[in-house]
Amino acid sequence: MSARPALGATQPRSRAVLKEPVWTPEIPLYFYTGGLAGASAGLGLLSDLRGEGVLARRAWSLALAGSVVSPALLISDLGVPRRFLHMLRLFKVTSPMSVGSWILAAFGAATAPAALHSLGGGRLGAAGRAAQVASALLGLPLSSYTAALIADTAVPAWHEARRELPFLFAAGAAASAGAACTMLSPVVHAQPARRLAVGGAAVEAAVAFGMERRLRALGVGGGYDEVAGLNRAATALTLAGAALIAARGRSRPASVAGGLLVSAGAIAERWTVFQAGKRSALRPEDTVGPQRTRVERDLSRGAARARARAAR
Amino acid sequence: MGFELGTRLYGDQTRPRVGFFTDTSICIGCKACEVACKEWNEIPASPNGFTGDSYDNTVDLGADTWRHVAFVEQRKPLDAGHDGGTLAQAAALGSFAGDTGLQTYQDGDGMRWLMASDVCKHCTHAACLEVCPTGALFRTEFGTVVVQEDICNGCGYCVPACPFGVLDQRQEDGRVWKCTLCYDRLKDDKEPACAQACPTNSIQFGELADLRERAESRLATLQDAGLAEARLYGADEDDGVGGFGAFFLLLDEPEVYGLPPDPVDTTRDLGAIWAAAGGAAAALGGALAAAVLWRRA
Repeated sequence: MSARPALGATQPRSRAVLKEPVWTPEIPLYFYTGGLAGASAGLGLLSDLRGEGVLARRAWSLALAGSVVSPALLISDLGVPRRFLHMLRLFKVTSPMSVGSWILAAFGAATAPAALHSLGGGRLGAAGRAAQVASALLGLPLSSYTAALIADTAVPAWHEARRELPFLFAAGAAASAGAACTMLSPVVHAQPARRLAVGGAAVEAAVAFGMERRLRALGVGGGYDEVAGLNRAATALTLAGAALIAARGRSRPASVAGGLLVSAGAIAERWTVFQAGKRSALRPEDTVGPQRTRVERDLSRGAARARARAAR
Repeated sequence: MGFELGTRLYGDQTRPRVGFFTDTSICIGCKACEVACKEWNEIPASPNGFTGDSYDNTVDLGADTWRHVAFVEQRKPLDAGHDGGTLAQAAALGSFAGDTGLQTYQDGDGMRWLMASDVCKHCTHAACLEVCPTGALFRTEFGTVVVQEDICNGCGYCVPACPFGVLDQRQEDGRVWKCTLCYDRLKDDKEPACAQACPTNSIQFGELADLRERAESRLATLQDAGLAEARLYGADEDDGVGGFGAFFLLLDEPEVYGLPPDPVDTTRDLGAIWAAAGGAAAALGGALAAAVLWRRA
């Protein structure tokens, strides 16, 4: 910060500028279940098309479970849960939460018949297949819109990570679905799930690393520093699980252990992002610092002009 | 006004945009605005106890505090010629305070006390309104931003979206609350309670265009009088939120008052955010296809 000779003690107030997000632990848990369900639907459809019924049935069961649990988590987080239907009063593209509510509602509507179709051995015919395609397609944005939702806030650790967060969440969704199916499926049928678990976990860890590096370079990485232990645990769980599946994926016990580790890592990673954002909102230096830099460098939209006027 | 607020939807019921000009240079910290606001809007008590932070026991804006008078105690180098004291006197006072640990807060001992009544900014580009999924937050015919208490379901999205930390959830009922700029009084052609109660006219209510003119002239007066650090905050339509409906005249940098120096409406970046989310969804689709369909040759 440049010296201002006019005042000896120009000190920013030490209180938070932003409000801490009021979301409860249901929200990061939903980030996991939503991603798990979304990616599982895609895995289920492709496995069905490929004739891998054993894997497909497990994937569709996970998608169905996720599509039931997710709205329950979201409703439980609301300040006025009985008003949950107000979420569908409007469709607003400026509100990722509105868009996401519609995606989740449509996903739920499609996934029930889609899963039934797969578990019932194709009993629903063309309608069942259509539901599967719809569910699989809706599952893709379901896995990444949650990142758009938290990036579209004033919280520095979320907003400044707006380019990385969706990829982090999508990779985490792939890892979650892959890990869960690896755990639940006989090893001879689980090869696609193992690939997803290992690939998703590797990308998840890499994107998280790059994201935090950039946040630190921007001076807004403090939220992640405050949850460093949790953050390291998330990465360690994810990578250990991926390594175990990659090395010993043909062993059933190793598959279960590896799947558990990757799943725990995916949950921990979302918890880390959530907590880092909460801490970030409460750090006035993270809010004010980059803004002050913009003002000093004359990159701001209005404050710089006001300053120039003041100097006149 | 350069930006279309969307008030045109009200047709012939559209009213000129109104707001506050809060001139902090004449705020005396009496908190009449806080009291009048609480009384009129029937806001629950917000007991924080004694903070020990000057006279500021309200702490910040929130669900139960729609006006907040900030008290900022600043040590300012004594201008010997200007205040009538000498540099030697200033140094003596400074060392007296330092040696004894006493702060005397007398005129001329180098302490400056800034007071400012903060409020919801009623942004031109209001992030809270844009992210609200239910439509509970809406733009009134006066160009102000109001939460409809019968619609809000307490999703909490507006809370971290606001670049000023204005909105918060009320624990007792789960909904979010904030300044309505006394929407009910406006409909009755009355000025908001805080402005009416303000004894020094630090809080001025009116049509935004008029207020901006008034503020420019007040700023010129103060700067001519030697207050070079005086500046308007939120009066510029080109800022990150398109200008405030409730803007301020400050005597120092915004962050001194706990205000962000360059607030930006988060939805300005929504295009990039949706693009990244779409890209990530597509990449996930590709990864799923590769994982299932790829066969070793």
